Amino acid sequence: MKTSGWFPRTILGVGLTFLYAPIISMMVFSLNNSRLVTVWDSAHSPTLKWYGELLGNDEILGAAWLSIRIALIAASGAVVLGTLTGVALARFGPFRGRTLMVGMTTAPLVMPEVITGLALLLLFITLQQAIGWPHGTGMVTIILAHITFCTAYVAVVVQSRLVGFDESLEEAALDLGARPGTVFRRITLPLVAPALVSGWLLSFTLSWDDLVITQFVAGPGSSTLPMVIFSKVRLGVSPDVNALATIMVLLVASGITLSALWLRYQYRRRERDLQLAAAANQ
Amino acid sequence: MTQNLQTESLRARRVVMGIPLLWLLLLFLLPFLIVLKLSFSETRLAIPPYAPLLEWLGGVPHSALHISNYAFLFTDPLYISAYLYSLKVAIVSTFYCLLLGYPMAYVIARAQGTWRTVLLMLVVLPFWTSFLLRVYAWIGLLKHNGVINNILMYLGLIHQPLTMLQTDFAVYVGIVYSYLPFMILPLYANLEKHDGALLEAAADLGARPFTAFVRVTLPQSIPGIIAGSLLVFIPAVGEYVVPSLLGRTDQLMIGRVLSDEFFENRDWPLASAVAILMLLLLVIPIMLFQRSGGRELESHH
Amino acid sequence: MVDKQQAYVRIEGVSKRFGDFVAVDDVTLDIYRGEIFCLLGGSGSGKTTLLRMLAGFETPSSGRILVDGRDMSTVPPYERPVNMMFQSYALFPHMSVEKNIAFGLEQERLGRDEIRRRVGEMLDIVKMGNFGHRKPHQLSGGQRQRIALARSLIKRPKLLLLDEPLAALDRKLREHTQFELINIQKALGVTFIVVTHDQEEAMTLSTRMGVMNHGRIVQVGTPSQIYESPGTRFIADFIGSVNLFEGQVLGEAEERRRIRCNELGCVIRVDRHLPSAQDATVWAAVRPEKIHMTREPPDGLAQVSPDTENVARGRVRGIAYMGDASVYLVALDSGREVRVTLPNSARDAEQRIGPDEIVFLSWHTGSPVVLTE
Repeated sequence: MKTSGWFPRTILGVGLTFLYAPIISMMVFSLNNSRLVTVWDSAHSPTLKWYGELLGNDEILGAAWLSIRIALIAASGAVVLGTLTGVALARFGPFRGRTLMVGMTTAPLVMPEVITGLALLLLFITLQQAIGWPHGTGMVTIILAHITFCTAYVAVVVQSRLVGFDESLEEAALDLGARPGTVFRRITLPLVAPALVSGWLLSFTLSWDDLVITQFVAGPGSSTLPMVIFSKVRLGVSPDVNALATIMVLLVASGITLSALWLRYQYRRRERDLQLAAAANQ
Repeated sequence: MTQNLQTESLRARRVVMGIPLLWLLLLFLLPFLIVLKLSFSETRLAIPPYAPLLEWLGGVPHSALHISNYAFLFTDPLYISAYLYSLKVAIVSTFYCLLLGYPMAYVIARAQGTWRTVLLMLVVLPFWTSFLLRVYAWIGLLKHNGVINNILMYLGLIHQPLTMLQTDFAVYVGIVYSYLPFMILPLYANLEKHDGALLEAAADLGARPFTAFVRVTLPQSIPGIIAGSLLVFIPAVGEYVVPSLLGRTDQLMIGRVLSDEFFENRDWPLASAVAILMLLLLVIPIMLFQRSGGRELESHH
Repeated sequence: MVDKQQAYVRIEGVSKRFGDFVAVDDVTLDIYRGEIFCLLGGSGSGKTTLLRMLAGFETPSSGRILVDGRDMSTVPPYERPVNMMFQSYALFPHMSVEKNIAFGLEQERLGRDEIRRRVGEMLDIVKMGNFGHRKPHQLSGGQRQRIALARSLIKRPKLLLLDEPLAALDRKLREHTQFELINIQKALGVTFIVVTHDQEEAMTLSTRMGVMNHGRIVQVGTPSQIYESPGTRFIADFIGSVNLFEGQVLGEAEERRRIRCNELGCVIRVDRHLPSAQDATVWAAVRPEKIHMTREPPDGLAQVSPDTENVARGRVRGIAYMGDASVYLVALDSGREVRVTLPNSARDAEQRIGPDEIVFLSWHTGSPVVLTE
């Protein structure tokens, strides 16, 4: 395809600047000595003191640790449920309850979080009144809530990957004598594995980053990192938040770069193999 | 006669779809029903602060339905203006998001090889960093002694800092900024599938590039436009974080109203009514999204 | 080779409905051990659905299928003595060639050494011995097909189903593979059922074939039987090319062997008694290669009249030169066009009949097939 004209490319440039200016500004000012954050204190900057403060801040560290644990469990739970959903939607053809399942899988993708959060909290309270569990809100309720909305994302990712694959692969396996369980284990799962990985990462990010729903279903004792950050920034800018943001951006950026390089390596290898095959064509 | 074969695979299938179906029914559908019921309840000074959903009077389940919450919402100007304001903000933000996102998706879809991967990565990377922190970043940019004002004053373009925070403008910026990847990805997925031969055919028939774009590319990209727009519009209506950090204090969006009713006023039935009304407003866009959008999301990732 | 004593595969009154749509309509068919049986039909004819029912991926709405005397109704695909070669080959992309082929044997819980030995054997049979470690995406189309074949044969199935086996191959490869398939089948003694829309493929491969249309089997026979004695106009037209002439049966009670045909402007005489009533409308099907074309009227006939038998006059409208033969489109006096195929026995173009020439078409009494539907 031809490359695009100057107009859209300019907009792309503007858009990318727009996307990155705030991030870069945050990172730059994390090195600023001034507590006012955006007023550059040239005398004493750049400095790493806010990073130091961050590392000594128990509240933030504790919240971060809680968020990580929640995200790990929620992502794993979401991957299990999401894979089952994705497989059912991609491979089972029409079944009773399919429309319902499709609806419940696409709705969370767009549902405003205040609604979902409210609904989930009310569910937990009603459950508590009815059967005595859960005993108040806390880590468990947060995890349950996160699994619920992350499942939808995983389902979409898994389903789209499965749909791209020939159904006859699974039929061929059945034909060769494998029972359905074996087919799932040895054919379907390996094929959707990349989708499982990206689904897991997606869920982890969504859970780790979630504020609104968590605010509803968290109890007095549990403060996740987003909750701590939010209460801080409601009052205005805060330099240690800048430091935190910078750390996160750097982590994510290196993660993405590494995976992109890995994918590129895979791609190059495939290209080479295809050329080998073409050369050996009989 | 054909029973055994069918029942064995049916049973396995039931398990596979049953587990997530059950989970979603209990943790997604049921909560909404509870919200619905609660919206018809009365506040009580109790824990939890509402009248019981179901009461047993003489062995018969009894449920009271009060529509006072809804009546209140429909008559109180505060709520009406909050709903209307939220719709307005969402529509305007979606529009700007589309204006910005479409050209970006277009360029990426037409980029070759490595460029395309790099550009996609660049667009998606911010999405993987914290949403909250990125909105926070705008505070630093938009406030009176923030980066933008400092630069403009330094350059002598203005003599007094512009008020950018706590305005409609800030909310638009915040929403467009946060939801841009959600607009770009479905658009990209759609544009990427376009057959280049169609544009060549158009050129062959005498159409100039701009005409070809309007008559060939644009119509084909409509499903992507719809999917991306709904993916932005629907959650934007109920946005909470962006207006809380960047938005006006004199006019609240409905997400904030719901949260305040719930946490500050402890009026859970009213908050539920707010939620149900919001849902009703969004039911048609949500269904539109499910019909068309689901497919558009599929290609990428 | 073919055991006609008892049908190896018995399809009894099988139908398959999808909602209101009837994909397979009351099909009854016997297939014998050791033969290559082709199901030939266009898209939507039901042939693939029938194949899938044999494999076990669809269950019949009514009727039953027996393989080697055993009713397959309750038997899932992984328990049938049947294997299938898929049109898209369906090779597992994440497994090597060896693992692909070994997959079927692993389901039988054979020992590692045994499996390795048999996989090696099979790779040699399909002449892909050095390709064991490659992955499917590293193979060409023809190579993938051989691996797919190897994979489906390794379990020594009694019945092998092939779904459009040659469709994805280019012409030269297709011819080569056709003969290889036949050789492998003879060597292993497996019964093949092949589904295809390509009549050339069906005619070359099969020992017997069945033509399907709208979910029904319309004729079963050897390729020669079906080609030379089609049962209906549809079949005559579907296989190869044909000229169909409509006419009325002439005739005297004892000697009903003539058909008046206005299109042709002559009378068609056939060599057998026609069972239809006098004046009944029938169609005579004559294959293009069975028609003689000459510059002069044959048999010294002075001229051609409506009562002349088996001779018609026309003018050459178009010629398609194909190297070994030419197809002539001859326009008759009535306006009707007839297709005639002649081998190019003369190298010199001058000697061959050219465009706009007046020609006389004639044929033997045994050439037309008279059809009533």
